[in-house]
Amino acid sequence: MTTKNAIEVSHLTKKFGKKLAVDDVSFNVRQGEVFGLLGPNGAGKTTTLRMLTTLLKADAGQVKIFGHDTVKEGRLARSLFGLTGQYAVVDEDISARQNLMIFARLNGLSRPDAKQRTTELLHEFSLENSADKALKDFSGGMRRRLDLAVSLITRPALIFLDEPTTGLDPRTRTQMWDTIRHLVQQGSTIVLTTQYLDEADQLADNLAIIDHGKLVKTGTPAELKQQIGGTRLNFTVDRSTQVGAAVKLVAAQVADAVQQTGQQLSVRLTQMAQAAPILTALNQAKITISQLAVQEPSLDDVFLNLTVGKN
Amino acid sequence: MDVQTHSGNLFMNTATMAYRNLLKTVHNPDRFMDVIIQPVMFMLMFGYLFGGAIAGGVQAYLPTIVPGILMQTMLSAASGSGAQIREDLDSGVFDRFKSLPMAHVAPLAGQLFADSLRLLMATVASLTTGYLMGWRPAVGFGWVVAIAGLAIVTGWALSWLFALLGLLAKSAGAVQSVSLMTMLVLSFMSNAFVPLKSLTKPLQFIAHLNPVTYVITAIRQILATGSWTHEALLVLGVDLIIVVIFAPLAVWAYDRN
Ligand SMILES: Nc1ncnc2c1ncn2[C@@H]1O[C@H](COP(=O)(O)OP(=O)(O)O)[C@@H](O)[C@H]1O
Ligand SMILES: [Mg+2]
Repeated sequence: MTTKNAIEVSHLTKKFGKKLAVDDVSFNVRQGEVFGLLGPNGAGKTTTLRMLTTLLKADAGQVKIFGHDTVKEGRLARSLFGLTGQYAVVDEDISARQNLMIFARLNGLSRPDAKQRTTELLHEFSLENSADKALKDFSGGMRRRLDLAVSLITRPALIFLDEPTTGLDPRTRTQMWDTIRHLVQQGSTIVLTTQYLDEADQLADNLAIIDHGKLVKTGTPAELKQQIGGTRLNFTVDRSTQVGAAVKLVAAQVADAVQQTGQQLSVRLTQMAQAAPILTALNQAKITISQLAVQEPSLDDVFLNLTVGKN
Repeated sequence: MDVQTHSGNLFMNTATMAYRNLLKTVHNPDRFMDVIIQPVMFMLMFGYLFGGAIAGGVQAYLPTIVPGILMQTMLSAASGSGAQIREDLDSGVFDRFKSLPMAHVAPLAGQLFADSLRLLMATVASLTTGYLMGWRPAVGFGWVVAIAGLAIVTGWALSWLFALLGLLAKSAGAVQSVSLMTMLVLSFMSNAFVPLKSLTKPLQFIAHLNPVTYVITAIRQILATGSWTHEALLVLGVDLIIVVIFAPLAVWAYDRN
């Protein structure tokens, strides 16, 4: 074992009545990485997270957090992570400062320590100006930030975030991403769930795609994209008389067949570096092209490829 | 960078949770307005509407309804605990509490300790209204405090029962309607507003099965004799048994949720 695992999940299973919400799921999360659990609504992300965080008893399987079994050493395991649920659960009736103080005390901080930590977190999350206002007047983004701040009170090395940006406007969403990246820089391990492919792509070092309770694929975002067909180079040949020559030139550079639709050519690249020689060759042959585009496969493609047809 | 923590003890966690609930109450005065307005309203309505018919006058009726309305108010204040717990459960805040390394019973106990403030305010509102309407118990003030204590302890024991209901119920709405029904049935099918002798035989039978009848009888006896009667001690004993049985059940239901 070269890298230590923050979480080891093996054969985790949960049934609600007859419905298999989580079906024999196993994965590891390495220390210091962002692990994304990606799946559509109802896939079993929250249920998985609730089992990882001891909120829900698994029907079968085992979870170890930093080596501690969450069933046998529940209380110890709970002291090692912070959790931000799918819905903001800070108290609406009371202020941000009071929320932080209460959770700090519940986390076992002494009163002076709780006070200091509260001040720090209000500062870190730019909530100082509204610290003493009732949360009723808070925007969704502020509430989310406070919710996250609450789970960071003990500076846990491991943080669970259930759909941290669902329902946020784009600007607040980007802010949340920055906050998450900042946490990673400070050395935290993060497990997050998301329905958004771009979010997983942006943040996660490793991904598990979950659908109907089953893990359908694990890997890095790049690996998953690779499987679906790598990068494509698309362009249009300006003069129809040159199309034949262009196809020949391009075919000489790549392994795959060149796809031709009218004057449009499309070819799969195994590496981005293949693009330059192709363009140079076309240029030397005086073949003019337009509408040049390098198309990265999106996780959307991966996702559709893996989940469609099974629904 | 480590934050100094210690795994919280039951007492501290409960105190913090009680503080949270008190803060919520202070920021949300409507959470206790109901238990203040209700006894005042009932006391005035019943006193002036039915006093003449039932007891031949408001003054003569007050010794009957002051304990009656006091207990009715305790019932509805206690049933509020169930709805509040259901609301917290639905909001997901208990998930957050459960994921903390703290004593499991603390969120429930904290809630119920904070609720005893509601019970206290309801008691003060009931007794003060009675006093303003001319209720003058023959025994000393100490005994009035004693019956207030008995009512609050009973209300508190009952709030564990309603807490369990809140934890088992499907929705806050369901808790509220069941609570309201329980409150109405238990308070009216008792000796709270009318002498038992005036009831038909089947109703008398039901009223005798109704625990509320015994609490009200105990309160009236204390106010009449100025001593702890057997009934009063029995009520305290039953309160204790209710807590001993229902507190663990509530914790079990909370863990199960
Ligand atoms: N407490 C529960 N009782 C019954 N079914 C549930 C419960 N929680 C979740 N489910 C079901 O399990 C499936 C997975 O839900 P969930 O884990 O919440 O999905 P996700 O978080 O990926 O949207 C869904 O079909 C959901 O309806
Ligand atoms: Mg979910």
